[in-house]
Amino acid sequence: MFIVDRRLNPGSKSLENRQRFLRRAKALVQGAVKKTSEGRDIKDVLEGGEVSIPLDGMHEPRFRTEGGTRDRVLSGNKKFVEGDVLPRPNGGGGRGSQAGEGDSEDDFRFVLSRNEFVDLFLDDLELPDLAKRKLAEVESQALQRAGYSTSGSPANISISRTVQLALARRVALRRPRPEKIAELEAELEAETSEVRRAELLAEIEALKAKAKRIPFIDPIDIRYRRFETVPKPVAQAVMFCLMDVSGSMTEHMKDLAKRFYMLLYVFLTRRYRHVEIVFIRHTDRAEEVDEQTFFYGPASGGTMVSSALQAMSDIVRSRFKPSDWNIYAAQASDGDNSLADSALTGRLLTENILPVSQFFAYLEVGEANGSTFEMPDSSLWTLYQRLRSEGVPLSMRKVATRGEIFPVFHDLFQRRKNQEKAAS
Amino acid sequence: MTTHERLFEGADWDFRQLQRIHEACEEIAHGELGLDTYPNQIEIITAEQMLDAYSSSGMPLFYKHWSFGKRFAHHETFYRKGLMGLAYEIVINSSPCISYLMEENTATMQTLVIAHAAFGHNHFFKNNYLFRQWTDADGILDYLDFAKGYIASCEERYGRRAVEATLDAAHALMSHGIDRYPGKKGLDLRLEEKRARERREHEQSVFNDLWRTVPSGPAKTAEILNSQRRRALLGLPQENILYFLEKTAPRLHPWQREILRIVRHIAQYFYPQSQTKVMNEGTATYVHYRIMNRLHEQGRISDGNFLEFLQSHTNVVFQPEFDDQRFSDFNPYALGFAMMQDIERIVTDPDDEDREWFPDIAGSGDAMGTLRQIWANYRDESFISQFLSPKLIRSWRLFHLHDDPEFTEGIKVDAIHDARGYRRIRRELARQYDVGFIDPNIEVVDVDLAGDRRLMLRHMVVKGAQLNETDARRVLQHLADLWTYDVSLVEVDARDNVLKEYVVSPRTLAIAA
Repeated sequence: MFIVDRRLNPGSKSLENRQRFLRRAKALVQGAVKKTSEGRDIKDVLEGGEVSIPLDGMHEPRFRTEGGTRDRVLSGNKKFVEGDVLPRPNGGGGRGSQAGEGDSEDDFRFVLSRNEFVDLFLDDLELPDLAKRKLAEVESQALQRAGYSTSGSPANISISRTVQLALARRVALRRPRPEKIAELEAELEAETSEVRRAELLAEIEALKAKAKRIPFIDPIDIRYRRFETVPKPVAQAVMFCLMDVSGSMTEHMKDLAKRFYMLLYVFLTRRYRHVEIVFIRHTDRAEEVDEQTFFYGPASGGTMVSSALQAMSDIVRSRFKPSDWNIYAAQASDGDNSLADSALTGRLLTENILPVSQFFAYLEVGEANGSTFEMPDSSLWTLYQRLRSEGVPLSMRKVATRGEIFPVFHDLFQRRKNQEKAAS
Repeated sequence: MTTHERLFEGADWDFRQLQRIHEACEEIAHGELGLDTYPNQIEIITAEQMLDAYSSSGMPLFYKHWSFGKRFAHHETFYRKGLMGLAYEIVINSSPCISYLMEENTATMQTLVIAHAAFGHNHFFKNNYLFRQWTDADGILDYLDFAKGYIASCEERYGRRAVEATLDAAHALMSHGIDRYPGKKGLDLRLEEKRARERREHEQSVFNDLWRTVPSGPAKTAEILNSQRRRALLGLPQENILYFLEKTAPRLHPWQREILRIVRHIAQYFYPQSQTKVMNEGTATYVHYRIMNRLHEQGRISDGNFLEFLQSHTNVVFQPEFDDQRFSDFNPYALGFAMMQDIERIVTDPDDEDREWFPDIAGSGDAMGTLRQIWANYRDESFISQFLSPKLIRSWRLFHLHDDPEFTEGIKVDAIHDARGYRRIRRELARQYDVGFIDPNIEVVDVDLAGDRRLMLRHMVVKGAQLNETDARRVLQHLADLWTYDVSLVEVDARDNVLKEYVVSPRTLAIAA
């Protein structure tokens, strides 16, 4: 008999099969992933989780029979006698009423890991080339530990390494230990025989001399911590969500905006280790709020887009140094803006915001029953259109229904967009 | 009785203790129960590895296919939600017999599982006639290794997609890739000559010129003779569809034939298991029950550990009644164990009823001898139809329902646990375990060689149960893709009335080119 301990064998033997399954079910799973993410908060959208796909597509067919006369033996008879007739459970003609019919309609449920979830969610999207180039430029130098050196500033002496080396050297050169000398001296005290005393005295002298020759710490023991400077990409990003919350924005419009922000957040977290979100809502004046208030808090008033841009620019200046942070902004609005505000808005955007931003997306949201083709160019749209022609990191799209959000997002971040290439 | 040293204390175990547990079980199993087993190999695995094993039908190695990933994802979800517990063990019919034990089992559970799998199942695998006839315990792991390597190399050479499509098709037909009867061995030249000589001698010895004058039936037309000859050449009718495709499909590549062969062999390997669920589990449960009781008697297991065993044993052999929410079907552990115990009772302590029903075994006194003989020579269907006793039918309060859709008033109670019903209940229950009734009876009947090369199949409808249409179409689609010409299937009832006809054409992107 053999006992084999398999617990240490590499696990996840099924990983390969699982990936094959996901590859095969990709389209279905992607659909399910998008559906699942609809009901989530912006930050929760990243958590993996259970999805269910119609079993239909992944069905493994077999020849199997159904219907016909059925005979069944069961246990636990309590009151039936031969010849009794029992009513059928569901009526329905009785055909296969007990059989597992219709199970092909069932959904196949399973759990996706966080990575699998996001991969499927953002399949074949990428930050625009433009933003990538900037990302590469915005690098800072950082020091990184790189072993030890024999020279350096006294502040960088590595005491533990130095003492270690000194000890090794002392042992290697057989430096007499002080205890040993003390021991001999004690023996000398007690010794009466002169001959022996002379011997001991000579030995002690020899040891003392040797101890003197071999120092406790030698300059060659000293080691310094060495540092190297390495280029370090900025691995943090801040995402500004700007939204017009004036009376003209309906719930539907806010919902569209929320979906867009959600996608952008997910997307940025894929690329940056740390992503912060700043919510700025504005009517005729802007304020920074939390997510809850941002989407659901009541507000009313006129519309001054410049106030939001001003607020964003202030926040950037006070909290997010452009050299340390990658700055992304997404603005959602129904396009209304007071005419007097146009000049200021344009100036803020071109002078303060766009130069420090990686990317600025403007999303014009419309009514649920409208279509994007019917949406006339609003005042804000016309203004941004003008700025855009100057080749700045500004993208804009119009959206009217929920279904358009993902295509629009996809469109904005699609891999290798010609337009963006031309711009860079 | 000599008292023995305890095998273990408490719940923890280590490898030395496992060794001692195995030795103690072996002593009882071989010495007292007279079991005959393959050498054992015990492997300790984690929960994740158990899930892995689940998805590949318990086998330690298997080729790669998405359907196993699907099964894994499914099991994993259920396991994570706590809807499903994992088995304590998985045992593989191979030599050496490999038993997988979960690491989180307590020492008592490991003892139970070793007694159950490494001796109960092991004995059954080695001795039951179905396993002896259809499976090759020594070769299965090597064969799976070959299959895995072969399919991987095919993927490399012919592309993953082509291999996957072939495997999908083969899997769909897997349940019809089984030989149900051992094939006839082809004769070699010497045997052929011998047989011819014997025939000649026989003819000479019984020669009577009168036979020449006896009129024979109407001469067969050339057409009938032709079709008979064609069908004989193709080996038709053939119920092993995968075998038929492997040997005769006109446009398959050699590697595709090999893949069909692999799937067919694996289906064949699992075929005995599906026919012996009740017996296999009954045997293993009976064996572990005997061994654990004996270990306790010998003082090798403490009272506390024995109670722990009894609790899990009781859970395993629990049979909910039909109106219980937990009821789905008969629990093979419960039914098998109850029958084994019943047989033990009949053999050692029969009453008059038993003597009347089981004259061969009642009172013979040698319970283990009788059981070993039964374990070797029966499968579920024959086992139940032979050995389900009236006493057990009464104590389980079995009854038989007959549901005829034509009978609109409802479902009829056809038999209950009384003198009139015993035999009928026993026959019906045995039929529930008869693969001949469970799997649809589908055969390849002919190929239109002179015309459009259509492959013709026939489903013999039993008791009005026709094929599920969506599934049937999908399977036929796979079949047509392999055959590369049209495939037709007719469903006929016992009076040869055609109930339904399917015709499926191969997809344009055929698997075979």
